[in-house]
Amino acid sequence: MTVDRRSTLKVLLLTGTAAAAGAIPCAARERRKPPPDAVGMLYDATRCIGCKACVVACREANDLKPERGPAPNEIYDAPIDLSGQTKNIIKLYREGNERSYMKAQCMHCVDPACVGACMIGALQKREYGIVTWEPDRCIGCRYCQVVCPFNVPKFEWDKALPKIVKCEMCNHLLAKGGIPACCEVCPREAVIFGKREDLLESAKRRIADHPGRYVDRVYGETDLGGTQVLYLSHLPFEKLGLPDIGDEPVPEVAQTVQHGVYKGFIAPAALYVLLGAVLLRNRRKGASEDQEGVSS
Amino acid sequence: MSAHVHEAVGGPIWTRPFKALVGIFTLGAILILWRLLAGLGATTGLNDGYPWGLWIAFDVVTGTALGCGGYAVAILVYVLNRGRYHPMVRSAILTSALGYSMAAAAIVIDVGRYWYIYRIPTAVTKWNLDSALLEVALCVMAYVVVLWIELSPAFLEGWRDSRWPLLRKVSSVASPILDKALIWIVALGLLLPTMHQSSLGTVMVLAGHKVHPLWQTPLLPLLFLVSCIGMGYAVVVVESLLSSAFLRRKRETEMLASLSVAASVTLFLYLVLRLVDVAYRGRFGLIFAFDRHGLLFLVEFLLFLVPALVLLSPRLRRDAGWLFRSAGLVLLAGTLYRFDVYLIAFDPGKGWSYFPAVPEVFVTIGIVALEVLAYVILVKNFPILSGHVAAASKA
Repeated sequence: MTVDRRSTLKVLLLTGTAAAAGAIPCAARERRKPPPDAVGMLYDATRCIGCKACVVACREANDLKPERGPAPNEIYDAPIDLSGQTKNIIKLYREGNERSYMKAQCMHCVDPACVGACMIGALQKREYGIVTWEPDRCIGCRYCQVVCPFNVPKFEWDKALPKIVKCEMCNHLLAKGGIPACCEVCPREAVIFGKREDLLESAKRRIADHPGRYVDRVYGETDLGGTQVLYLSHLPFEKLGLPDIGDEPVPEVAQTVQHGVYKGFIAPAALYVLLGAVLLRNRRKGASEDQEGVSS
Repeated sequence: MSAHVHEAVGGPIWTRPFKALVGIFTLGAILILWRLLAGLGATTGLNDGYPWGLWIAFDVVTGTALGCGGYAVAILVYVLNRGRYHPMVRSAILTSALGYSMAAAAIVIDVGRYWYIYRIPTAVTKWNLDSALLEVALCVMAYVVVLWIELSPAFLEGWRDSRWPLLRKVSSVASPILDKALIWIVALGLLLPTMHQSSLGTVMVLAGHKVHPLWQTPLLPLLFLVSCIGMGYAVVVVESLLSSAFLRRKRETEMLASLSVAASVTLFLYLVLRLVDVAYRGRFGLIFAFDRHGLLFLVEFLLFLVPALVLLSPRLRRDAGWLFRSAGLVLLAGTLYRFDVYLIAFDPGKGWSYFPAVPEVFVTIGIVALEVLAYVILVKNFPILSGHVAAASKA
């Protein structure tokens, strides 16, 4: 038997067609804007004194137990990062003479990767544009953790019946007319709560009023498509752990690919019909060839 | 016709290797129970930075790609109308059905809140159609069902002369219905892997900058699709050679040799796509940065290239040893590629690391053992492996 060139060619053609179908260039989806009722927080690293009152207040408001630090005789509540027990944390950046505090919690992205990832919508932007988690829709696949550029969603690894844990901007307090606990207790107004557009304006005013004090931009205005939590800092944001990688929202490329292939389910349906037709044709005309192939 | 080509291998089930596999599986089963009772933290090396580990990267992502034998052979037989490969379809479908079923089992073990997993197919109104993972989940669930239906003629044939009247009845009633519907099921069996094998690539596109630029590309779905087809052919070769060695069956070398041409072509297509993509995206220099990632890329690339070249040689691909080695390399290459995208080239940031924990590894081994056990039971009792293959007897 010789190498069958026709068969080889056909494989090449078919795979190539499937390949092309997977790579049809298509219009990028439209960039999203913050919802009109978007609220947010503004954290000013130059005002923060690292008292961690916000960390404690967050625990009380969200019913989270204190978390021991890693060392054997560590003081009582000393988490080193966000975790299944900690939705808000103050960290210290220190290198040479440079130092800054840094507050981490969910950024409530305008176009969140986690929401794009979540299979049946446990994570969604709900009222005020706040990204919230609905337990009944979560199967614990942790895709949200894989895709979040800020590593925010956390998982209760030590529990048999775990949950996803993340800051929901104290939406239960907002519902009662309150504000997020961290903003409520901050003694220096280093973190404040408000409408996103007001916060953005006030952040820009601070930069204008204090030339030389801040890095000349508000993190989150446009970063990764914009976030509802905004940052001011005297050090480059990257040093504080905020990825400085441009304005493109994380879901943009992935969803352009996904929608290009699956728009209206036309391509898969067409491929199915085509496959069915080819198979039928092959069966009719191929019965004799098949016989030949087996017995020759 | 083709139906008579298959025969049950027969022979005793309860052999010594079989008992050993049962032991390995039992250990895995105990560990699975422990995972369900104690949680993922106690039994795995997973953490908030690396929320996906061995079970996702190997059991699910690689496991389903290794289960692409049925898909790859079906493309040849049904779409390209190469009837001579027909005797291979059943055993290929069997390995696919087992691979996918085990992947589905691994998902249930891996997800944290498995008691809600039924909502993926049922909560239709809540489906997030933006989610590539949802597409994967639904497609894999559907494909597991499709594969077992595709394999069911083997069971129906086996039951035709059963001792049990009920099974004989099922066989006689279902066979003609299935015969009519099968073509549309086969078409579904071609459509679904095209969809979810590519979506397994799309899944990691959303991980954005966390995946190293040598691997992150909007072309991930295409690269995953093409490489899984190459792996599919390689799996069929490996499975055929192993079953001829262990179950003392005639080697199908000639047919495997021509099958490996298809594998080689697919691999070259993959390699061209991979290189063009890296060059087009201006990341070529990263390959020769001589850091961890550059070297990893080179190793991975060579693992694909070497078998692709070996299988080009008409002499080498007729040599069972070379055939086996190069098919093995293809599987290794595809596996490494998937591990790279999902784990090794995935970097959530400073301070995070992952290495599979011992129980995690043994759960995976246990699942593979179960797969082999099921394979042995099924091929010994049902007409699945090809019997007196014309192509082989001619050679």
